[in-house]
Amino acid sequence: MTPTKIAIVLGGLALLSGAVSANEGGHAGWQRPAENEISNLPSLQRGARNFMSYCSGCHSLKFVRYSRLAEDLKISDSLRDQYIVKPGDKFSDYIKASMPAADAQEWFGKPPPDLSLVARSRGSDWIFNFLTTFYADPNSRQTGVNNLQLPGTAMPHVLASVQGVQNAVWTAVEHKGEDGKATVAQEFKTFEPGVVGSLDKEQYDEFARDIVNFLQYASDPTQVERQGMGVWVVLFLLMFTGIAYMLKKEYWKDVR
Amino acid sequence: MSATMDKNEGGFRAWLNKRLPVDQFMADQLTGYYAPKNFNIWYFFGSLALLVFVMQIVTGIFVTMHFKAGEATAWNSVQYMVREVPYMWLIQPMHAVGASFFFIVVYLHMARAFMYGSYKGPRELLWVIGMLIYLALMAEAFMGYVLPYGNMSYWGAQVIINLFGTIPGIGPDLVEWIRGDYGIGDATLTRFFSLHVIALPFIIALLVLLHLVALRQVGSNNPDGIEIKENLGADGKPKDGIPFHPYYTLKDIVGVGLFLTLFAIVVFFVPTFGGLFMEAPNFEPANPSSTPEHIAPVWYFTPYYAILRAVPDQKLGALLMALSVAAFLFVPWLDRAKNKSIRYRGLASKLLLAVFFITFLMLMWLGLKPADGIYVLLARIFTVLYFAFFILLPFVSKADGNGPVPDRVTYDAH
Repeated sequence: MTPTKIAIVLGGLALLSGAVSANEGGHAGWQRPAENEISNLPSLQRGARNFMSYCSGCHSLKFVRYSRLAEDLKISDSLRDQYIVKPGDKFSDYIKASMPAADAQEWFGKPPPDLSLVARSRGSDWIFNFLTTFYADPNSRQTGVNNLQLPGTAMPHVLASVQGVQNAVWTAVEHKGEDGKATVAQEFKTFEPGVVGSLDKEQYDEFARDIVNFLQYASDPTQVERQGMGVWVVLFLLMFTGIAYMLKKEYWKDVR
Repeated sequence: MSATMDKNEGGFRAWLNKRLPVDQFMADQLTGYYAPKNFNIWYFFGSLALLVFVMQIVTGIFVTMHFKAGEATAWNSVQYMVREVPYMWLIQPMHAVGASFFFIVVYLHMARAFMYGSYKGPRELLWVIGMLIYLALMAEAFMGYVLPYGNMSYWGAQVIINLFGTIPGIGPDLVEWIRGDYGIGDATLTRFFSLHVIALPFIIALLVLLHLVALRQVGSNNPDGIEIKENLGADGKPKDGIPFHPYYTLKDIVGVGLFLTLFAIVVFFVPTFGGLFMEAPNFEPANPSSTPEHIAPVWYFTPYYAILRAVPDQKLGALLMALSVAAFLFVPWLDRAKNKSIRYRGLASKLLLAVFFITFLMLMWLGLKPADGIYVLLARIFTVLYFAFFILLPFVSKADGNGPVPDRVTYDAH
């Protein structure tokens, strides 16, 4: 290939990757990456337990069966029946919310969403930031808390007993509008400890990270298997291409 | 068996050829079809487009087995198939990602034609048929995108179908006729399913066949844009031609290998491709009361979407959008150069084409961004540049596309 052609290809790739990264959107300063590892089995198992203990009262995973979950996460039948399957459910059932949808509508104004695909629609980082940025907010009459990731969320701080309830510190920042008028906006600065929970900050991050990891698994249960197979498929295709190239070269020798 | 096999005629093969001209076909279309020997990397994309088409049909057959068209069933059936039907976790994403790869291949195939003037006489009809394939493919991809009935499916369909409402007179009735209802719903999904699975694949297959027949009639162009049929050897074969088989069949297999490697990397490791091939809002079911933050079509439609949004008036925007697609049909007659290939045209032609390529990519990028602030201004600038290409092409090509060309194609043996 000539330098011009290489430049064209590289330019195209640069534009493409620019479009991809531009698509991911900006991040506010307080947002953190989830840094969960989808191949970390103990983390997934803890996440499943945490989800069943704290989340599944209100949120369903309506496309995930207990049995499939236990099989994928290598949870034994006895542990599955003890910690994962809800009383009254069969192990082959889909994971439904314990709370009746009609009650949920009345209590929260809207039924808590199904979380089967939340890691694909919102992303793992989003869930992690949602779970870690609840703070005490006296203006929220419904739940007494608010959330940086989803301001005005209808969800109460279900994990308050674990995380505690932190307070948000705000600073007034002046913005000059296009018309030259200054407006004062409250900008989030940092969290400070409020009510103490059963876990410290690092432990709670780990706790939330396990749930995020589990939800990422639930959103795409085959991803680990798929990536494992993908390595072999790509290696095979590279070998195939190499052999095809040598064959082509051999035949093309007599083209003058 | 023995009654039909005549030893004198050479066994089964002869028996078969008497009834079905297999050998004749091979000789005419592959071993006896001479293609220019100087094809470069840009000539992979025709055969690759055919490969993706076949792949979409095959994966589509399996997706159709498990998909249940309908407002209440579509979303759930897709989740069911990828989670519970063996290997559908692979086949369904192959189909979804395949759509994006189809357009990558088609856009590169079209770019090739622009660079080497492959649409110029005697290949005008070849180009027009190709453009009809592109149009049918856009309809096919749009309906396929609506079928899983995610939230972006719903809102994207809302935007696109409403565009037909801007047609004077018949608009509102036409929109209702397309949807089959007063809103997008069950009737829309079932008819889109029918069109996506039967009507459009048939139309595309027929057009592909016509595209190939027309190609065999006029022969392939090449990077030098020289007609190899005008320079025949003593044996009556083009001096610069080589039999399609085995030379280009083998070369195309290398292209297939490279293509499948890239395809596999995406399907197995990054199927959503950062939200570009599968958009995040489409992992939520259709919800008429929750509009996604930015409604953006999939990347392959965004150049036209950017043009639509660049115009403040919706009717005019829709008109310009239709015109921006239709403009391609007239390129063979807008290009008035004597020479085909960009290699033998002047600097002005090269610049014009380069600016057009950049414009198309910029509009693609802008169509993915929200329509506010600087993006609107940029979209307007590039919309003007987009149409400027088609307006300037006749003059620029006439002025600097007439230099001397070599008698023989450039080819370095290797």
